[in-house]
Amino acid sequence: MTFILLLEQIFNGLQLGVTLFLIAAGLTLILGIMDFVFLAHGAQVMIGAYAAASLTALTGNFYLGILLAIPVTFASGYLLEYLLIRHLYRRNHMDQVLATFGLILFFNELIRIGFGPAALFSSLPPSLSGFVNILPETPYPVFRLLVIAVGLACALGIHLLVARTKIGAMVRAGANNETMTAALGVNIRMLRRLVFAAGACFAGIAGMMLGPLTAVEPGMGEPLLILSLVVIIIGGIGSVRGAFVAAILIGVVDTLGRVLLPVILRGFMGQAAADGAGPALASMMVYILMSLVLVVRPSGLFPPKG
Amino acid sequence: MKTFSMAAAATAMMMAGAVQADTVKVGYMTTLSGSGGIIGKQMQNAVNLAMEHTGGTLGGMDAEVIFADDQRKPDVAKQLANRLVKSDRVDVIAGVIWSNLLMAIHKPVTRSGTLLIGSNAGPSPLAGKDCHKNFVSMSWQNDQTPEGMGKYMQDAGVKSVYLVAPNYQAGKDMMSGFKRHYKGEVVAEVYTKLGQSDFQAELSTLRASRPEATFVFQPGGMGINFVKQWHQAGMEQVSKLYTVFTVDNLSLPALKETALGVVSTQTWSPDLDNEINRRFVADYKAKFGGYPSFYAAQAYDTMMAIDHAIAKAGSSDTEAMRAVLAEGGIPTTRGPLAMNSNQFPIQNVYLREAVLDADSMATTRITGTVFENHADAYAKDCQF
Repeated sequence: MTFILLLEQIFNGLQLGVTLFLIAAGLTLILGIMDFVFLAHGAQVMIGAYAAASLTALTGNFYLGILLAIPVTFASGYLLEYLLIRHLYRRNHMDQVLATFGLILFFNELIRIGFGPAALFSSLPPSLSGFVNILPETPYPVFRLLVIAVGLACALGIHLLVARTKIGAMVRAGANNETMTAALGVNIRMLRRLVFAAGACFAGIAGMMLGPLTAVEPGMGEPLLILSLVVIIIGGIGSVRGAFVAAILIGVVDTLGRVLLPVILRGFMGQAAADGAGPALASMMVYILMSLVLVVRPSGLFPPKG
Repeated sequence: MKTFSMAAAATAMMMAGAVQADTVKVGYMTTLSGSGGIIGKQMQNAVNLAMEHTGGTLGGMDAEVIFADDQRKPDVAKQLANRLVKSDRVDVIAGVIWSNLLMAIHKPVTRSGTLLIGSNAGPSPLAGKDCHKNFVSMSWQNDQTPEGMGKYMQDAGVKSVYLVAPNYQAGKDMMSGFKRHYKGEVVAEVYTKLGQSDFQAELSTLRASRPEATFVFQPGGMGINFVKQWHQAGMEQVSKLYTVFTVDNLSLPALKETALGVVSTQTWSPDLDNEINRRFVADYKAKFGGYPSFYAAQAYDTMMAIDHAIAKAGSSDTEAMRAVLAEGGIPTTRGPLAMNSNQFPIQNVYLREAVLDADSMATTRITGTVFENHADAYAKDCQF
């Protein structure tokens, strides 16, 4: 394994990391600030991917498809909060788990009824399907660079929104003391609905970015949901900054584990044994990391204050 | 409500009693919900098409097909098989996509004296030491298809190959089948997570080792992911891609131009030139608006085999049907199918390439025959 290849793999990890962050950012706010257990966030990823793929097919333009899909994901989150989620805030966590687990099944079937069980066609426009040399003799797909750029831009946007704007201040105030914030004239209900819709929108963007790379099919968001829950726990529930650091960490650890572990194990066991144990151990890496973090810092790396 | 349902049940029982004598019942088990539901849907389409072609009869007897959705879960499959045997009293259980599900129902069904006909999975134990005379495969033994690819690449003089497969039993079977005939250098054997969606890290490593060829087994959605990312990373310039069960008429509608030129081996292809296949493919396309996959073809062949067995045996008796099928010469979309001593097909393995047809629809075309009348490697271990 050369140094350049190692750098390229870290880049791959970064790309997985920003995708995880887009999903985890909304989820950590919903889970931490709104104290609501929401398991159907993977469905928002799927809705984003389907919206982008079908709108791209409809308009014949990839950029237009994405542009139109963003309001669709925002609206889906907004409506979901209005129709169902707001009735569940006062219920206990078990009820929330049951209801939102049901939502996963509901959305998967809905997509299957609407679009059929087969994977949808989605591809890249010629302008995004080229490569650039990020390092000497290391061609890297342009689209994957764009995913990293979009992910970082969204991260910056979310950070500024929460830390520097009036709406962000209201969100933080509402999380600290809901009754007092409401008494000061802030519309808490509307605020929650907007946070929820924004979370759905960012998860949807992750889905749009994944669409051209992976199979757009029912249930496509679920494997990512599990990883993003790990991200939230490592980062500290409710902390956007923690989610960012943890997402990048998980992305890099998962990628390097997959690539390096079989090679390392081959150093001190047979090829066949290493081929078997390597992938098994690699898929455990992120959970081992989570356990270690929880032992050292039980409330995550960056627990929110207050 | 209760009285109504009891009356309905009584009527149903009476009717069942009345028609039982000359009606043959087939329990068709496949995955209709959850991931893999698309495969089951295609098989169901093909079974319905077969019944349409036979005019609703099998071997001249009135026939009824009961579909059972195994949800891709071995425990569910076992329960369903039990119900089909004991309460529906079917004459034949057919279908089953996944090796682990087939292993779960194989013993209970064959021991009950019901004929079990596989439409897809062909795990090696059932072809060898654990074989049973009441099981007949209408698909292939798992190793046959990758063996074809190994043989082709060996003959083509490919010097080095990089292997990628998901980390589960079938993944390992496919790779060992490949290596049975390929004697060149295996640069690396990489096992990915089952259900993995992003292969960029594996592709980066692969690029660095610059193998002449890459052999991949990634069925279903994983195949769509892998081939898309292979193309996007410009891997065509680094290594040539060879596949089994990865680029087929299920993944091609989602891949389209991306997969063009990718080579695979298979025992069937939509352009296979015989009368049964021409009719099957044309009617399937007309009715369901797309190419059938090999899963659909094998499901159709399964129904044709039952039709053939009953017609020739003159009854739906398990032993009589089995004896007919064991003789071979079964009319299928792959031509008249011969049978090995373990009741797995002896068949040709073709080389196929992904191409666009006259209507710009992506499909596969046969470019050569790797094996003629290829038998599986396990029949010698099978004693009924």
